[in-house]
Amino acid sequence: MSSSTPLLSVDELSVVFRRRGAEATRAVDGVSFTLEEGRVTGLVGESGCGKSVTSLALMGLLPERGVTVGGSAVLRLPDGDVDLLSLPRRRMRDLRGSQMAMIFQDPLSSLNPVVPIGRQVTEILRRHRGLGGERARREAADLLYRVGIPDPTRRLREYPHQLSGGMRQRALIAMAVACRPRLMIADEPTTALDVTIQAQILELLRDLVTEEGTALLMITHDLGVVAGLCDDINVLYAGRAVERAPRSELFSDPTHPYTIGLLGSIPRLDAPRGDPLTPVRGSVNDNIAWSDGCAFAPRCDHYAMDCLQGPPELVGAAGGGAHVHRCVNPGGAARAEPEEAAGAAGADTGPEGASDAETGADDGAEHTAAVGEDEEGRA
Amino acid sequence: MPTTPSPGLLGRKAAKADRLAELMGERTDGGHGAGIWREALSRMRRSPMAITGAAIVVVFLLIALFAPVIAPHSPVEQTWGDEVFPNRNVFVGPRAENWFGLDNLGRDQFSRMVIGAQQTLLVGVVATLVGFGVGALLGGTAGAAAVLGGRWGRQLDNAVMRFIDMMLALPTLLLAVTVAALIGPSLLTVMLAVGVAQVPIFARLLRGAMISQGGRDYVLAARALGVSERRIALTHILPNSMGPVIVQATLTLATAIIDAAALSYLGLGNPDPSFPEWGTMLADAQRFLSSAPSLAVYPALGIIVTALGFTLLGEAMREALDPKLRK
Repeated sequence: MSSSTPLLSVDELSVVFRRRGAEATRAVDGVSFTLEEGRVTGLVGESGCGKSVTSLALMGLLPERGVTVGGSAVLRLPDGDVDLLSLPRRRMRDLRGSQMAMIFQDPLSSLNPVVPIGRQVTEILRRHRGLGGERARREAADLLYRVGIPDPTRRLREYPHQLSGGMRQRALIAMAVACRPRLMIADEPTTALDVTIQAQILELLRDLVTEEGTALLMITHDLGVVAGLCDDINVLYAGRAVERAPRSELFSDPTHPYTIGLLGSIPRLDAPRGDPLTPVRGSVNDNIAWSDGCAFAPRCDHYAMDCLQGPPELVGAAGGGAHVHRCVNPGGAARAEPEEAAGAAGADTGPEGASDAETGADDGAEHTAAVGEDEEGRA
Repeated sequence: MPTTPSPGLLGRKAAKADRLAELMGERTDGGHGAGIWREALSRMRRSPMAITGAAIVVVFLLIALFAPVIAPHSPVEQTWGDEVFPNRNVFVGPRAENWFGLDNLGRDQFSRMVIGAQQTLLVGVVATLVGFGVGALLGGTAGAAAVLGGRWGRQLDNAVMRFIDMMLALPTLLLAVTVAALIGPSLLTVMLAVGVAQVPIFARLLRGAMISQGGRDYVLAARALGVSERRIALTHILPNSMGPVIVQATLTLATAIIDAAALSYLGLGNPDPSFPEWGTMLADAQRFLSSAPSLAVYPALGIIVTALGFTLLGEAMREALDPKLRK
């Protein structure tokens, strides 16, 4: 499955915002990952860690003024490889919507309020597939039907405010998949939705990936979503990946203190009642620059002098394989969190480790757990 | 790329969902294809302010459109007889054949009011169209240029808006008087002058609305689907920015009527004294204010009530369209 070259390889992506009279902000600071067809890759982290900026940079949607994008993002196309970050604007516009598409967080504000759904869908079909008139309308109705919108011909005539939140997100997904893109980026697609609707949307996305072989980059801060949907997970902190692992390994054997902290912040049903949660102290504002050392050090309970001696490198985790992290003192974290270590050891037995975290999250996650296991059995 | 989807996993799921929806029966939310305008209309139907405004506007429109039929006498024909002694400041008040009495020259005041309504409507509509047209063109250009960005876009936006600022620096009435003075007094002068004075408001309003719409998520979403910048500006941003501009047009009709009356009052309107126009009538009546105040009251009331009607309607529209007040 992953033996061929990846569909998209992002290498040392960096995004720097410069404003006159202010210090430059390194929103993304050397992020590398790969996306493969038919797989879901998660980009996880708290607000301000650079996940959304990463997605906008890949789509070429960042403003031109005051923004410097570095690194490379090579997308494999039928007619050769292209670097998304250095492509001319016109070429990029042709790729958007046809080869790569994006699903946004708030489905209501992402739809034009004064244009009927149908016209918004046919616009894409006309733009990239040259369909017009009755053919475009039929194809649009077909798309809505495929993403699970009943009575699509009626829905085509309706305006966004007449649809429910879940319907709107389905309509947006229909627009995103209208031209069968090879790459899809979903930026917190379920954050604005109810948990039950969340589960349905995640299931739809999973089906699309399975059926069409699309590569999906899932951007989220919800570990329940990650556990249910993602095959590979990148944990981002302050614009840099601090840990990367296949799903089951990340949940069973988290290594970086930040990842451990994220998992510890989720209420768990299997923990004794009254046990306090273990949140990550402070906020992203407390960071130090990556060039000076580990940006997470000020919030880390286990930082040592080594952590402040220059940027930490990505190193292989104890389990080996695809699991890497960026911590010079991972043992310290594990030693100081005996419960956490015990939990991880107990979950080491297999993919069930993932469902531990899911049960803790919410209904939606529990629902998606079934989807995940389904996939597991097939793979 | 095949255009017809394979009846795979998704197709089967959708079919299942469809069957379920069928069994649950037709559950509609909201009417078919009701847009925000229709929704606004239904909200306005429940607002007393909107109904009052609309009633006044409709009555005014009917009077103006059917003026020749409604007016019982010619607006210029003079009645001379024992009862009319204008030079002695004796005026004929309301009576059966002249509902509003006769004016200082023995002309039927009611007929002059009715025919005058036509002129007032004409001036109001033309002036508003001039202001709306030129203003929307300038503001739309600047707004689109600002949203599309780039160095040229910013420069074009800047050039247009500095020109608008120059217009805005002049007081409305002074601007109108300047235009009227430049091309000589006539009804067309009044229309153009009043219209030009409204240009900055429309331009700034549309540009502002377009820029605020330009930062919305649906614009980013359209970009993410590869829609061209020009198409985004024309089919996504512009229609979403028209609401406040259309409301402003209704409000401008009221302002234009008042401004036109003021210009006519100042003698910048049609110089023909026989020509019935509310502002000119008001100016003429001023000389007889102490002996025949009713001559001033009729045109003044006409201007006030008409302007009030358009203002009420405009305000009601603004409220009905305001997304913050929407349920």
